Amino acid sequence: MEVIGTRTPLIDAVEKVTGRAQFTDDLHLPRPLFIRILRSPYASAKILSLDLTLAKKASGVRAIVTGSDFEKTFGVLPISKDEPAMARDQVRYVGEPVVAIAAESDREAFEALSLVRVDYEVTQESLSFEESMKERPDRIHPELGKSNNLHKSVEQKFGDLGKGFSESDVVVEGSFEFPSVTHGFTEPHATQVRVESHGDITVFSATQVPHYLHRAISEVLEIPMHRIRVVKPFLGGGFGGKSDPFPHEMIAAKVALRTGRNTKITFERVEVFFSHHGRHPSRIKMKLGVNRDSGIRALDGHMMIDGGAYGSFGVVTTYYNGVLLQGPYQIPNFSFHCDRYYTNKPMCGAMRGHGGVNPRFASEVLLDEAFTQLKLDPCEERLRLFHEPNSKTPNEFRITSVGIRQGLIHAMEASKWKEKYQKLPYGKGIGVACGFFISGSALPIHWNQMPQSTVRLTIDYDGGVTLYSGASDIGQGSDTMLAQMAAQVLGVPISQVKVFSADTRLCPIDYGSYSSRVTFMAGNAARNAAISMRRVLIQAACELAEIPEPPVEEMEESQGDLSYFRQGGRSPRYGDPYLGPNPNYEQDGFKFSEGKIVTPRGDRLDLLKVIHRALDGRGALQTQGVYISPQMGGSFKGAGAGLSPAYSYSAFISEVSVDPKTGFVKVDRVTVAHDCGKVLNPLAVEGQLEGSIHMGLGQVLMEEIRYEDGAVQNGSFLEYKIPSAFEMPEVVIVPCPSDESEGPFGAKEVGEGALAPFNPSVANAIYDAVGIRIHSLPITPEKVLDAIRSQKGGGR
Amino acid sequence: MNQRDQMVTMVVNGYEVTRSVEPSTTLLEFLREELGLTGTKKGCDLGECGCCTVLVGGKPALSCLTLALEMQHQEITTIEGLAHGENLHPVQKAFVEEGALQCGYCTPAMILNGVHLLNENPTPTAEEIKECVSGTLCRCTGYVKIEKAVARAAKESSVRAK
Repeated sequence: MEVIGTRTPLIDAVEKVTGRAQFTDDLHLPRPLFIRILRSPYASAKILSLDLTLAKKASGVRAIVTGSDFEKTFGVLPISKDEPAMARDQVRYVGEPVVAIAAESDREAFEALSLVRVDYEVTQESLSFEESMKERPDRIHPELGKSNNLHKSVEQKFGDLGKGFSESDVVVEGSFEFPSVTHGFTEPHATQVRVESHGDITVFSATQVPHYLHRAISEVLEIPMHRIRVVKPFLGGGFGGKSDPFPHEMIAAKVALRTGRNTKITFERVEVFFSHHGRHPSRIKMKLGVNRDSGIRALDGHMMIDGGAYGSFGVVTTYYNGVLLQGPYQIPNFSFHCDRYYTNKPMCGAMRGHGGVNPRFASEVLLDEAFTQLKLDPCEERLRLFHEPNSKTPNEFRITSVGIRQGLIHAMEASKWKEKYQKLPYGKGIGVACGFFISGSALPIHWNQMPQSTVRLTIDYDGGVTLYSGASDIGQGSDTMLAQMAAQVLGVPISQVKVFSADTRLCPIDYGSYSSRVTFMAGNAARNAAISMRRVLIQAACELAEIPEPPVEEMEESQGDLSYFRQGGRSPRYGDPYLGPNPNYEQDGFKFSEGKIVTPRGDRLDLLKVIHRALDGRGALQTQGVYISPQMGGSFKGAGAGLSPAYSYSAFISEVSVDPKTGFVKVDRVTVAHDCGKVLNPLAVEGQLEGSIHMGLGQVLMEEIRYEDGAVQNGSFLEYKIPSAFEMPEVVIVPCPSDESEGPFGAKEVGEGALAPFNPSVANAIYDAVGIRIHSLPITPEKVLDAIRSQKGGGR
Repeated sequence: MNQRDQMVTMVVNGYEVTRSVEPSTTLLEFLREELGLTGTKKGCDLGECGCCTVLVGGKPALSCLTLALEMQHQEITTIEGLAHGENLHPVQKAFVEEGALQCGYCTPAMILNGVHLLNENPTPTAEEIKECVSGTLCRCTGYVKIEKAVARAAKESSVRAK
């Protein structure tokens, strides 16, 4: 009975289809105070005075908090803790929290907002790159000591760019513009706080990062972490948009601590747009040189990204804009420069494909232009350019498994590429693009030597297995993935495995669900915990069968500490060399399957009897497993950015219809190959790919947040248009055989990497259809019509 | 009880309920807060996302745009009213097995729309299924597996009916 590789429905699917799944706003705590937030109407202003007199007297009002209640600022990255829980003397974007009112009912809280008087003095705002680049006395973050609104500047150079371009048969250049897009998860942000004995608090919140939230609340509220418990209930979509600690979480906790009352806050949809943290709008200039025989010789990228008012993940985004271009192809001479500017707009942060999406559009469109000029087939050529397995990039990314070559070949066959490329009638087109992404960051956000993920596993008297993991299931199915690990190793049905996750009181630390790290890191930790439990059960099985216990191979330092079994029996530390791929834990000759343990001698022992034997004299059966990345990477500044224990690869072939009369683009069919290593759960992998296409489709054809004087103009689902079922193309997923030796059962990431290359595959297909290149997203009918009309001599 | 409150009686998931409500109370608020039926979700409160869909007299309605008082003597079905004990409705079962849900937030609405479609039209075309699904926003799945699940439920129901 194989669990791995089997189409496995989510273990919590029945809760979700019956309405039993409780999301944060669904929890009914006794007598909560309802919190509403008064937000800044100005992009940039000084707060001269706050008059709360009338609001304090209003019906039902029990507490009011403002910026003066919070001393400490916070931020998900320790290097940019620049965000206050509430504006103090100054507001920096339209929608920034200024006053929070807690009342006995939501309506009373809402009505009391109108009784607050705030005197603002409007100051010169900075809304564009041009304004933020200028030297100016009124900076958004004067504490940085810079003369303008630059937040972070990153530059890296490898090889010899001049030589690379001179070796190229064709050099293409382009400028690209990408507007603001947002996650668009359906569940608005929500937080509830329950007051416990001794004044402790439990924070229930829609968060991808319970551990970081735990830290941030402790710091901002200045109470120790042990007095705070963070729990993530069911979560209605994240995509990076719930991967920061948020002001409303601090506010809800603050009010609970102050009043001793439970608290509740749920955003209106427009507040989700104010809060944002979406993809950085960017402006990219890129130059690419290609030699017809030796492939890409040089790439030079200049990016500007618009960070909005605060830091969020922005420093990482600044790096990712460049470093993620180091794949999927070999590029010997490589350089990028990326500047992140603060502006007086809602802040940008991590969004699916973090930092890599817009540069990928630029590079893949330019590559298409280069192959067009060289009159070479863009699929055939790409086949020659991919990374070699077990190689190193110029910026010293350690490349392990690469399965995309075969994947692209499958995609070419399934899409009938050869019969269609440059052969379809005018208005129909086909295009290709490829991508590359991390399976989690090899380095933690907070520098330490703790494992990046720890999973605890217990096994009960009746064989029930329970996993405890800090990983946050945000709908991607991480709980199901963890259960698969234990079920596979211990040979029990998945229904026998229960998962407690994302609860900081019950679960060991895991950094959370971002950077596509969970399957690789928490998955490995769960697998290791199960392997350790397997080892305990083998000892008991040997006692029962009266056979000698097999030796644990390479068991060196931590005898008896089986949690580190995977890594050669040693406790891994940063600085340790690579300890080799995941060992095959079945080398000992024992088989765990369908509730039985079969010894190498052929005894068939009932798993339950073995469990009972193991409990004798030992008591509760509990193990833990950890994951920590091996040491890797260069020693230059910024070498850690983009380092990952394994990388995913993807290839998209998109087919479009372009109506030359209206400019309307319809994506008809998408063929995708994604190298996520071994497929653990085809149902989940397909779901991630289909979802990535949906989100990419929105960005490439229709989505854009429009700002006017810094204020969101389309902060609703009616005006911020997300694709419906009608816009979705037919999706064809082809196999991409691959096996990642360090991944849990051979797996790598699938949640994010597939979004980025989809977008340029559509743009390249539009070129094949009507011969136009659009370098700014979204590719609206207006832009298409304009481009068709201005074609000179026209055609492809 | 507020002076302006009015009594309303409706049948929710087969049971008659009578409550006094403020006239401005939406059906969504009534279900979630008064009856504790939190399976019906609030995504936008403006009738744009479709997550709050319930069946009123068997037809889909956006509960965030419907006043509770309008529901006098109406029959309401929410997601909690579909399964019989542990026996899932065929549409629910198809959603589980096809992987037609990820985060689960739009799922109740998607399922109720599917139930309505199959009640009205047991053998829908692919286009009719697409239309049924298109009324609700899903940001996770790309709708592909949702359409497959509705088609599967239709197929399995028609097999059973024969």
